[in-house]
Amino acid sequence: MTEPDAETTPLAPVADDAANRARRGRNLAIALGLVGFVVLVYLVTVFRMGGNVLDRPL
Amino acid sequence: MTPPAAVPTATPARWQDFVQLLKPRVMSLVVFTAATGLICAGAPIHPVMGAIAILCIAVGAGASASLNMWYDADIDARMRRTRGRPVPAGRVQSADALALGIVLSLFSVMLLGLALNWLAAGLLAFTIFFYAVVYTIWLKRWTAQNIVIGGLAGALPPVIGWAAATGQAPLDAWILCAIIFMWTPPHFWALSLYTSEDYAAAGVPMLPVTAGAAVTRRQIWIYSLFLIPVCLAPVATGLGGAAYLAVAALGGAVFLLLAWRVRKGRAGDAADPRVTDGLYDVKAAARDARNLFAYSILYLTLLFATLLGEHLLGGAAPGLPGGLT
Repeated sequence: MTEPDAETTPLAPVADDAANRARRGRNLAIALGLVGFVVLVYLVTVFRMGGNVLDRPL
Repeated sequence: MTPPAAVPTATPARWQDFVQLLKPRVMSLVVFTAATGLICAGAPIHPVMGAIAILCIAVGAGASASLNMWYDADIDARMRRTRGRPVPAGRVQSADALALGIVLSLFSVMLLGLALNWLAAGLLAFTIFFYAVVYTIWLKRWTAQNIVIGGLAGALPPVIGWAAATGQAPLDAWILCAIIFMWTPPHFWALSLYTSEDYAAAGVPMLPVTAGAAVTRRQIWIYSLFLIPVCLAPVATGLGGAAYLAVAALGGAVFLLLAWRVRKGRAGDAADPRVTDGLYDVKAAARDARNLFAYSILYLTLLFATLLGEHLLGGAAPGLPGGLT
């Protein structure tokens, strides 16, 4: 019973707080970048189409 | 092409490290000159589309900076001015800098093409290629003319801005390009006169390293003599008005005075006469070069700010002699 239980021994080192904070910050930056890109494409679509969006057979 | 070896990260990369890869200070100059080109074009463009064009050009510049930092990590690690950058400092893996540069290059060029026009997008793609491949990978480690030829990459943003607004790249746009192109050698060589030890240690063949300080001082003077007439060219085509003429002429006279002092001084004769790692805190021997370096930034800023102001306020019109409407 003195041998360590293989199933409960952590296999990978636990990331410290600094690493977690850095990862969270990078994830947020990527999320903001993606949302910004979606907004940009939306704006480009709206401005490129302009009034032509109504110029079609209904 | 031999990519640099990966440097293991010592600390976890923060998002600010990736922002630093884009060289935000250079981006701000690109935004300024590209906006000047876009506004001087005088074409009606929706402000939102204009802002998207400038954003694409800025991100493209940032992408090329990231590619530069990926390839130059070995050089950067040996220079005092650049050893704190994210890749040589071990905060960002070089492969991540490469990936960021490629992704942002593709996104910025494609979005500029879809949003505005493909001439502007093609010029942006060429600029990124020229800076990352022609300058960084080829010229920088090969010839003392690296910053002369490579300066084209930094000179193109006003042309891209102009093309984004009009779909064309006329003579006036190329005059703006020529101003930055001719300004680059005296600007960088003034800096390299008192950072040459860094460049020598890194094996970069900057002019003071390969030809000596005296030749560099003479070249600064010669390029300055050519720069001032180029700066006055917008007046001849009507791109610049009376205010621009005054700034270009008076500011140009000061530029020539400072360049002459460098020509007659001994800047660069002493090895790396800096007090700290900063670019402005130098010993007496290098003050002439430091003054020209600092003033060159002010002069270029004033030239473009005056053009911008004239066109926003209606003081000059492109293509009309004398700026008269």
